Amino acid sequence: MIALSDYLILSSIVFCIGLAGIFINRTNIIMILMCVELILAAVNTNFIAFSFYGSDLAGQIFVFFILTVAAAEVAIGLAILTLMYRNRGSIDIDVTNTLKG
Amino acid sequence: MEFTSILFYVFSLFFVGSSFVMITSRNTAKAALWLILTFFSAASLWLLLEAEFLAITLILIYVGAVMVLFMFVIKMLDTEESTLRAQFTRYLPLGIFVSLVVIVQMALVLNAGPFDLESVGMPEQHGASYSNITAIAQQLYTIYVYPFELAAILLLIAIIAAITLVHRTQVNSKKQNITEQINVQAKDRMRFASINKKSKKESK
Repeated sequence: MIALSDYLILSSIVFCIGLAGIFINRTNIIMILMCVELILAAVNTNFIAFSFYGSDLAGQIFVFFILTVAAAEVAIGLAILTLMYRNRGSIDIDVTNTLKG
Repeated sequence: MEFTSILFYVFSLFFVGSSFVMITSRNTAKAALWLILTFFSAASLWLLLEAEFLAITLILIYVGAVMVLFMFVIKMLDTEESTLRAQFTRYLPLGIFVSLVVIVQMALVLNAGPFDLESVGMPEQHGASYSNITAIAQQLYTIYVYPFELAAILLLIAIIAAITLVHRTQVNSKKQNITEQINVQAKDRMRFASINKKSKKESK
């Protein structure tokens, strides 16, 4: 039998992998966006596991809203990325230091 | 060992393994493909947790829309530059350190709370006639109808924002001038031509 703690451990492992991915691929914005998606998938797994073991559907509905917000975030993020590439010719994160004081 | 336990371990192996390969992959397009496999295994795990609607939604929205969008951007932009990977190992120790700290914190939390089978217990499995979509829809359209509308407005704002950001007005595109069209007079469009009757008969 799979317990709730197994799901929690699994999602925390994937969460940490996504977190490490942000640090490893620090210069590539597309990879950072994909790592954020990975982290969101891990968090959603957590929500659904609690929803199943607690017999409460509120967790699944929250995941539904997280998916909505994440889709909007990806659309705007990629639009900004395209704009940045058009203006600067690179998506290297070190190039975007205009706001550096 | 139950069959669902075997399924859980197989899917979690794919979940963890493909996400690890994704973050260490040097090619961004390949990383996107590995992320698709990660989403598939996550959806399979959600199916084990009786969240059928969300599992299908994950595949439809993420694999079908979001990852295709990622692939478009990856292929349109020049991401194969070597400079993107120059600092690949520079921040590796920091990443490992932060991940270890988070792992320790989560292990402390998981050990403190009673999350094992004895304390939480296995919920009763629903039968084959149970409809997850019906159960979600009953809550979504009654209790959570206001957040649902807000989510729709959020998506609308996202559409407008994305189009406004990327849209580039073309200089030589043909478009209507509404003011000119409304203020047009009859004499601008109609032209009275005096036709010579003699030439008309000749043409017959």
